Amino acid sequence: MDAPDVQPHEPAARYTDSPVRYIVIYVCLLVLAALQFVVAYAHLDTSAMFARMLLIAIAEAGLALMFFMHLWAEKRGFFLFVIVFTGFVLLAMQYGWTDSNRMETGAPYAQPKPGVLPQ
Amino acid sequence: MSDAGLTMEAHGHPPGMVVGLPPFTVPAKKMAMWLFIIADAATFAACLVVYGFLRNGSADWPRPFHSITNVALMTLILLTSSLTMLFGVRAAKAGDKALAFRWTMITALGGVLFALLHIREWLGLIGEGMTLFHNPWGNALFGSSFFAITGLHLTHVAGGVIALVVVGLRYKGGRFNASDLEITGLYWHFVDLVWMFVVPFVYLLNLGH
Repeated sequence: MDAPDVQPHEPAARYTDSPVRYIVIYVCLLVLAALQFVVAYAHLDTSAMFARMLLIAIAEAGLALMFFMHLWAEKRGFFLFVIVFTGFVLLAMQYGWTDSNRMETGAPYAQPKPGVLPQ
Repeated sequence: MSDAGLTMEAHGHPPGMVVGLPPFTVPAKKMAMWLFIIADAATFAACLVVYGFLRNGSADWPRPFHSITNVALMTLILLTSSLTMLFGVRAAKAGDKALAFRWTMITALGGVLFALLHIREWLGLIGEGMTLFHNPWGNALFGSSFFAITGLHLTHVAGGVIALVVVGLRYKGGRFNASDLEITGLYWHFVDLVWMFVVPFVYLLNLGH
């Protein structure tokens, strides 16, 4: 017997997207991906290149989340749950950068202040 | 309080079993996949943050990549496989079982192609002398971080291909339904989404000009 297509609780999301919309999003993603490759060959310093690539990657991820994974069609509460929860976790991970910068530059905490002997 | 929506006997659950409404009215299997995706996003993000930490703190980080052809082709294949997955789920929702199965297998084929290109690239780097703890270009940690991140992603692709084939076959056989295919599709899109961050940070920022 075929498994029933109707679940005990029908999903809130209704996928009525047309194939044309999928193809438009797909082309947008391809263009954004190509833009990343263009940025890679631009004569920019690493931090400027990183910032541009991160912005493009976030735009790509947003499109994929909203339209390929249909998060936009889900209930607003679920949408907020996914975005806020994931966003908080990802932001909380950024604590380490200050220490990474310290490792790179050796300042300000890696070097003793003038006149102060290390313990 | 009415027990409408709480007693699930009509839906095949054991008699007397009382179940609450699923959160956000999202079906349980789909919710489980979303929770997995959130947790997995944190795993990948942690890997990329650690990678960035190491790269930022290193004065001699290698830039071993001289061609973007392979990674561009891999990106194209993975993005296209996401599109074919969407067509598969759409066909399944419309009740066209044969077409849905065909698109799902095309998606799996895209995953196989991606994995083969990835392995070819790995073998090229290993041939140039890159291992987990050594490389001829600079900081030795490059190899371990590169293989850890791309290996984790490749594992996800391999798992996705297996899942697509298994779910596709079971869908074709009538044991799974369109919702199961859709949930597998969510996972596949997530694998694609992660690649959008791996490409710029691991490959493009390390291009040797």
